Amino acid sequence: MSRNGALALGYHALFVVFMLAPILVVCWVAFTPEGFLSFPTDRWSLRWFYAIGRYPEFIAAFWRSLWLGALSSACAVAVSVPAALAIARHRFAGRGAMTALFMSPLMIPHVVLGIAFLRFFTEIGLGGSFTGLVLSHIVIVLPFALRLTLASAVGLDRALEHAAVSLGASEGTVLRRITLPLVLPGLVSGWALAFINSFDEVTMTVFIAAPGTETLPVRMFLYIQDNIDPLVTSVSACVIAVTVAALVVLDRGYGLERLLAGRAGGER
Amino acid sequence: MGASRLGGRAVKSAPYLLSLPALLLFAAIVVVPLAMTVLLSFHDWGQYKGIEPVFILKNWHEVLSDPYYLEMFGRTFRIAFFVTVLSAVFGAPEAYILNRMRSPWRGIFLLVILGPLLISVVARTLGWALLFGGNSGLVNKALMSMGLITAPLPFIVTETGMVVALTHVLMPYMVLAVWAALQGLDPQIENAAVALGAGPFTVLRRIVLPQVTPGILSGAIIVFALAASAFATPAIIGGRRLKVASTLAYDEFLNTLNWPLGATVAVLLLVVLVAIVFGASRLVERRYAQVFG
Repeated sequence: MSRNGALALGYHALFVVFMLAPILVVCWVAFTPEGFLSFPTDRWSLRWFYAIGRYPEFIAAFWRSLWLGALSSACAVAVSVPAALAIARHRFAGRGAMTALFMSPLMIPHVVLGIAFLRFFTEIGLGGSFTGLVLSHIVIVLPFALRLTLASAVGLDRALEHAAVSLGASEGTVLRRITLPLVLPGLVSGWALAFINSFDEVTMTVFIAAPGTETLPVRMFLYIQDNIDPLVTSVSACVIAVTVAALVVLDRGYGLERLLAGRAGGER
Repeated sequence: MGASRLGGRAVKSAPYLLSLPALLLFAAIVVVPLAMTVLLSFHDWGQYKGIEPVFILKNWHEVLSDPYYLEMFGRTFRIAFFVTVLSAVFGAPEAYILNRMRSPWRGIFLLVILGPLLISVVARTLGWALLFGGNSGLVNKALMSMGLITAPLPFIVTETGMVVALTHVLMPYMVLAVWAALQGLDPQIENAAVALGAGPFTVLRRIVLPQVTPGILSGAIIVFALAASAFATPAIIGGRRLKVASTLAYDEFLNTLNWPLGATVAVLLLVVLVAIVFGASRLVERRYAQVFG
């Protein structure tokens, strides 16, 4: 089916196995019927998925992560849209520096950001608070939101806006009826990409989350630090399922290649 | 739109007004905390007195002269180096193979290979911990059954394990960078080389490789920076015993509570990384200036 030779296809198969193995292994172990880590072969069980229900901290952390992701991505998009319009349409002094500043959370190691936020939030009395989590997540997901809104703002046909103005539309109407609907696809996918990045973020969050404000990845990370048991594999399997579902939606709606291709950095 | 109505001065300030919310946010939540962290690295700390807001070089002197910290930074950059090399060596050919695939497969496998980028690092590293897991780990079983090794290799709490897991975590960035470079490649040049009698390997070496090298290098810069600052993967694979710079800073902050020292480690990591990334980017740009023209 392709122009690749047998050798290339063999290499490709090994590569795909390498990329998928750790993810599939987690899902496989999650179905173990045993009380310890094992690879189920003949008997499969959902006991470890039911077991999640007995650990309210995982459930609470899941909902917190969901809210945090939704809220911080929405704020990041809201702040990105005017900034993207400014960067896309105007040539002004400091434009490059400003863009670099907004993209900087991709460049700065998240450990450094985590430390900086921990120090800062403790000083201003927001240490371990949900507000602090939201503020810090807005900043770290903003580059993703900005990149996609920027891409759609650059591709926007200004003739449509001029046409609306010449037909007597006010500035507010143009923004509401023409500009925003045109950048909407970029806005929605920017939100989705920002959400996934917030939902998966662990390195920065582990520094600023207190016992009452832990996100799901942080809860999982701290749990794994103590011991690895089948419970954490079933939680991980659920997280993987949520991400894969979001990925498929994103790929259908926007195209994963287009979504990621401009992306130049930033760990989970 | 409203430009003519608002007059020249309003237009000039418009971009600043539009980006004001983001600018204020970044000034308050990025610039100030980072400046505070740099300042923190010069403060004093004691077991009982806590953080003392003085200006001393104690922490910097300690981190830069104590072999314990040097070993930690050495390990961090050694791991980052191997991860970068491995992802370039294995990721670049894969991107090339992907690029030559036909329509449905190309999209499917691109999703399969880039998708893991968005799956939780904790879940992916957990997968490696399970695969490595002691003598019964699947990787060791597979290698032994293939006759490649006779005794199980230690992966957990070793640099080898960290390198393998991090290579997996960061591989999509390399594939993505090379893939992007391949998109700008004119297939007619390859065809011309073949028509002129070049074999497949000559085409790869003389035509394809030189054109995707900028992509490989920019991928390498990203992978190196992310590998050197990775936290969750080294923390899970290395445990508390095998530390890298980022897990060391974490320990200083949340276990030892010596914040000034932790801040010093973090700032040093940031400075070294920024220097390496900017230096490498400069070199790449200069070297390939004529290519980008």
